Amino acid sequence: MSKKTTSDRSGRGRNTGRRHPLATVALLAIGLMTTGGAYAAVTTAAAADETASPAVTQSTIDEGQVLFDANCASCHGLDAAGTENGPTLIGVGSAAVDFQVGTGRMPMARNQPQAEQKPAQFTDEQVTALAEYVASLAPGPAIPDEEYLQADGDATNGAELFRINCAMCHNVAGAGGALTQGKYAPTLRGVLPQHIYEAMQTGPQNMPVFNDLNLSPEDKADIITYLKYIEDNPAPGGFRLGDLGPVAEGLFMWIFGLGALVAVTVWLTAKSH
Amino acid sequence: MAQHDDASTPGSSIERHTESSPGTAVVTADAAQNPGFPPHEPRVTDVDPKADKKAERQVTTLFFLSLVGSIFAVAAYIAFPIVPGDLGSVRLNTALVGTGIALALLGIGFGTVHWAKALMRDTELVEQRHPTRGTEETRAKAVEVFTLGNQESGIGRRALIRNSLIGAAAVAPLPAVALFRDLAPAEDPNALLKHTLWEEGVRLTRDPDGSPIRAADVTIGSVFHVIPEGIREEEEYLEEKAKAAVLLVRLNPGDLNELPERASWSYDGIVAYSKICTHVGCPVALYEQRTHHLLCPCHQSEFDIANHAAVIFGPAARPLPQLPIAVDDEGYLIAQSDFTEPVGPSFWERERA
Repeated sequence: MSKKTTSDRSGRGRNTGRRHPLATVALLAIGLMTTGGAYAAVTTAAAADETASPAVTQSTIDEGQVLFDANCASCHGLDAAGTENGPTLIGVGSAAVDFQVGTGRMPMARNQPQAEQKPAQFTDEQVTALAEYVASLAPGPAIPDEEYLQADGDATNGAELFRINCAMCHNVAGAGGALTQGKYAPTLRGVLPQHIYEAMQTGPQNMPVFNDLNLSPEDKADIITYLKYIEDNPAPGGFRLGDLGPVAEGLFMWIFGLGALVAVTVWLTAKSH
Repeated sequence: MAQHDDASTPGSSIERHTESSPGTAVVTADAAQNPGFPPHEPRVTDVDPKADKKAERQVTTLFFLSLVGSIFAVAAYIAFPIVPGDLGSVRLNTALVGTGIALALLGIGFGTVHWAKALMRDTELVEQRHPTRGTEETRAKAVEVFTLGNQESGIGRRALIRNSLIGAAAVAPLPAVALFRDLAPAEDPNALLKHTLWEEGVRLTRDPDGSPIRAADVTIGSVFHVIPEGIREEEEYLEEKAKAAVLLVRLNPGDLNELPERASWSYDGIVAYSKICTHVGCPVALYEQRTHHLLCPCHQSEFDIANHAAVIFGPAARPLPQLPIAVDDEGYLIAQSDFTEPVGPSFWERERA
């Protein structure tokens, strides 16, 4: 009802001081939208984009050492053997460096429960140089072979391995989840196959190691296939709601489902004007 | 009363005060009155023919929308079929058909309610309750029917027939008791809860493919999800797995604080613990390799693997049971015995031998 009809009615002695009957509904709807929107914004995760091309020469190793001394040595020590502020890097291999620096987790901005993913601080060439330098100190896991990163393996096998080995922390849809005391398992959406492989191989931070004797390179390729499959295929059930499972879905129904029920009930029992 | 009112004795004056003083005495005249109906307020649709017409159009529109929704649902179902193997088509089909049906049902629902609220007569009425007691005549008739039934069947007179019928009816449910009793586990669940497939010499194998694990495969910081060898062939595979699942991790031996009596249960920093939470039996597998903490995702119980899986947070009451392990002559990890205590959550007979 517009203002016009209200004034039309006033002559007949009707109570005109009331709010528009749809105002409550509109207010409810706005409230729900805002809550939902804010929630969706919070759960949306950022993704990094990074690649590396290996080319081992003494000059890249030297360049890597210069970068290391300038950017990493304050915590990991000039000899990369670790200090009380950072672990030793002897034997972590180029895979660990490529993962940590390539995803922007290192260098760490400050001491906190977990190194956060952030925009990479170095160019691809610099990451490669750092990785080659650290790999030259002692043998360790190397940057994985391209053939395992094509996401063309067996997604069914990958899904089973993922459910057994990874899903408890990273969530069955790879959406990530909380750990203890501020630590968390990050989302795997939008992560490069190379970085997924390297994380399994090296066990960054609190993630356990899944070496080639536990999950063979083919198994790792299958897991990557599964992750890329669920990333590329739409969920048949509709909106994913962040893939966070019963909490997100329950919250959605509590707010929107019950909200709609309450609104309908209010409308049903309200007297018509 | 009138007589007292005229008298000027102190007693009568008090009495008069009692009657007229506000709020201090219970006065019968104050009993709650039925306020009756509030004055009837005519709706806009009652007084304004234009509004009446508008509401009529709105209701019609809602019913028409419902009609459109029904046809849309059928059309969408045909136009956007589910293509086998294409999950996107499932999603599109479900979304469109759902929207159509929702429109069809909500259109009828909202239209009907709007019709009732805005256009149907809205004057308030009183409908008195019926008395529940029947008339004397009905009551006498009922008694007569019972008496006649008793006389004609002879149930009151022929005691043998009556008593044997009561006996037969009482025994009739017994077969059901015998049948449903057999739904209980055939074996004693106590013994089942106290033993798993682990026993001396059983190899630790990878979940799910069942390949054996060498001690050398387990590097520091590694986590293996372990099932006992041969569990795949078990008839009750999932039931057995739910008890026998084990988490195998390797710590730096220097980080491990072992009790002297359990020192022989690990192998060079490799320890194996039951994966079944002692709280309510969720699989505990969120292992943090740097803190050596193991987190249960259901209720956030936290176990310290470096300290025999001691509970450091959360509702779990006991540490996770440890599986004693050793290495056989081929270098594969084997169990020394079954778990030395029942795995998983508490149960009544847990402490009983």
